[in-house]
Amino acid sequence: MMFVAPLFILTLIYFLFQSNTTPKVQLGVQNVDSSLVQAIDTEHVRIKPITSEQSARTIIRRHDYSGLLRQKDGKLTLTLANASQSDSATIVQSLRAAQIKLSTQAAQITIQAQQQMIHQLATQLKRLLPTVNLPATKAMAKPANLTTHYLYGSADSTFFDTLLPIMMGFVVFFFVFLISGISLLRERTTGTLFRLLATPIKRSEILLGYLSGYGVFAIIQTLIVVVYSVAAFKIQILGSLATVVLINLLLAMVALSLGLLISTFAASEFQMMQFIPLLIIPQIFFSGIIPVAQMPNWLQALAHVMPLYYGADAMSQVITKGVSLATVSGQLIVLVGFAVVFFSLNLLTMRRYRQV
Amino acid sequence: MTVIKVAHLTQGYGKTTVLRDVNVTVEAGEILALIGPSGAGKTTLINTIMGMLRPKSGTVNVLGHAMPNRQLLSQIGFMAQTDALYTTLTGRENLAFFAALQAVAKADLATRITYVAEVVNLREALDIRVGDYSGGMKRRLSLAIALLAQPELLILDEPTVGIDPELRQQIWQELQRLATAGTTIVLTTHVMEDAEQAQQVMMIRNGAVIAQGTPDDLTHKYQVPTIEAVFMKAGQMQDADMGSH
Repeated sequence: MMFVAPLFILTLIYFLFQSNTTPKVQLGVQNVDSSLVQAIDTEHVRIKPITSEQSARTIIRRHDYSGLLRQKDGKLTLTLANASQSDSATIVQSLRAAQIKLSTQAAQITIQAQQQMIHQLATQLKRLLPTVNLPATKAMAKPANLTTHYLYGSADSTFFDTLLPIMMGFVVFFFVFLISGISLLRERTTGTLFRLLATPIKRSEILLGYLSGYGVFAIIQTLIVVVYSVAAFKIQILGSLATVVLINLLLAMVALSLGLLISTFAASEFQMMQFIPLLIIPQIFFSGIIPVAQMPNWLQALAHVMPLYYGADAMSQVITKGVSLATVSGQLIVLVGFAVVFFSLNLLTMRRYRQV
Repeated sequence: MTVIKVAHLTQGYGKTTVLRDVNVTVEAGEILALIGPSGAGKTTLINTIMGMLRPKSGTVNVLGHAMPNRQLLSQIGFMAQTDALYTTLTGRENLAFFAALQAVAKADLATRITYVAEVVNLREALDIRVGDYSGGMKRRLSLAIALLAQPELLILDEPTVGIDPELRQQIWQELQRLATAGTTIVLTTHVMEDAEQAQQVMMIRNGAVIAQGTPDDLTHKYQVPTIEAVFMKAGQMQDADMGSH
C-alpha cells in the first residue's frame, strides 16, 4: 500500500489541475456604449445584457453574476460581487484592457486624420513655395506581432507541472516519517527494542539498520513514482534521474531520523499521528506551492528550517529546469545536515533504553 | 566461581529510588529465584545485573567484568517479561534473527534452533507466524530465544507464566540440566513452586532484600512450612520494622 498510495494521490491531483483555462466570468451590462461592450474580451468574460432598473445588488444576487456594469449620464459604474477575488480581478482587467483598446483605436484614427491633414498642408505649401524643403511624412508604424516562446514546458503546461516535483518529495517524506516512527514505536511498546538491546548490538547499528532499510524503500518508491509520472502524466524530467533519486533519498533520510526521534516522545501510534499536523503539514506550505519570496520576513525565516523547503526546491529545479547536481548541492548539503543532527539526537535518546 | 556479585547497589529512575543497599552473590551453576510483589524492584535488579542500567551507587560484577558491558551481553541469555517477538515473522525466523544478533555460528544455527524448539515443545509450530501463536506459545518461544546461544548466564523474567504444569516440569528439567552443566540461572517469579525448585531464594519487598537463602534454610529460620509463608512473615516483619522507625 505504501507504494500504491502515493500514486493514487498524484493521479488525483493530476486530474484536479487538468484545466488550463479559467472559467468564464458573468458580467451584467446595462446601458453601456456598444463600442466598449464590443471591446471587452469575450474569452474570459460572458456579457449578459440587462434591461431592468433594479439595484445592482438585487440583479447580481438574482442571477449570480460576478459583476454589473452600468452607464448613466456619461459615467460608468462597476459593481463587483467579489465572492471570488480572481473573478473580480478578471472583470477589472478585462474592462481596463477594453478601455485601453478603445483609446488606442481612437488615437490611431486621430493620428491618421492628422497625418492626412499634414500631408495636404505640405502639398499646398510646396505649390506655393517650391524651394522649401519639408520633412517627409513617415507612415505610422504598425503594432508588432507578438510570438511567445517557452523555455521550460509549453503553452499546455498546467499547475500540475509545478506541483509534481513538490508532491514527489512530500509523499516520500510523509510516508517514511510516519512509518518509520510507528515502526520504532511498536518495537518499543512490544518490547522487541529492549530485547534487541539485550544483545551485543550497538545502538548506532540499530539506527543504521533502519536507515539502510528505509533508504532502499525510498529509492524503490521514487523510481515507481518517477516511472508512473513519466508514463501516465507525460511529465518530462529535464534533469538527471539519478539526481532526482538522490534528492528523494536524502529527504527520506531526514524523514526517517526525524520519525525515529519523534517516536521517542510518543507513547502510542495515536500520539504519533498527532505530530503530523504539527510537523508535516506546515512543510507543504513552505515547499514552494505558494511562492516563499512573497511571504513576510518572519515566515521566510520559518521556511528555512523546513527540510521540505530545500528538498522540494531542489526537486523542482532538477525536474522542471534540468539543473545539474552541482547547482542544487547547496540544498542537498542542508538536507544532509538535518539528517546528521536528527541522527545524533537519536543516539542520545536511545540512551534511555540502554546506557552503553 | 562467582558469576554475579552485586555490592551495595542503590538503583532508581530519576528521583525515585527503587532498590536500596542490595547485595547479591551467585556462584556458577546456581539457580537463584527472585520473589517479590510487582514494583518491588525485581525487574530493575535484573536489568542492572544485565547492564542495561548504570547503578546509581554500588557495584555490579558479572563473569568477572564490571557492568555495564555491552560485549558481555553475548554471554547472557535474556527472556523478557513481555513477549517481545516480531509477530509478522514465523517462530523460526525470530529464532534465526536473534541467533544472528548473539553471534551464533551459521553452521550451528539449524541444530540449535531444532534443539531449543524441542525443549519448549514448539517444533511443529516453528513455521507458523508468531502473530497466530497462543499466549503460552509466545512465552515458550521467548524462552527458546534465551537458550539459543548457550549462554553462561541465563536471566529469565517470569519464565513460567501462562505455561501448563506439564510443560513447566519439562522446562524445569532443562533448567536443572543446564545448571548442573554450569550455566548460572537468575529468574524472577510469582510462582511459589518455582521458588521451591531453586537453590537460592531472594525476597525483595519495598526496594530491600527481606529474606535470602536456600528454601530449606528459610522455612527453618522462619518456622513456617512453605516459601509462601516465609514471604508473608518476612513481609510483616519488614512492615513492623518500618513502622517502628
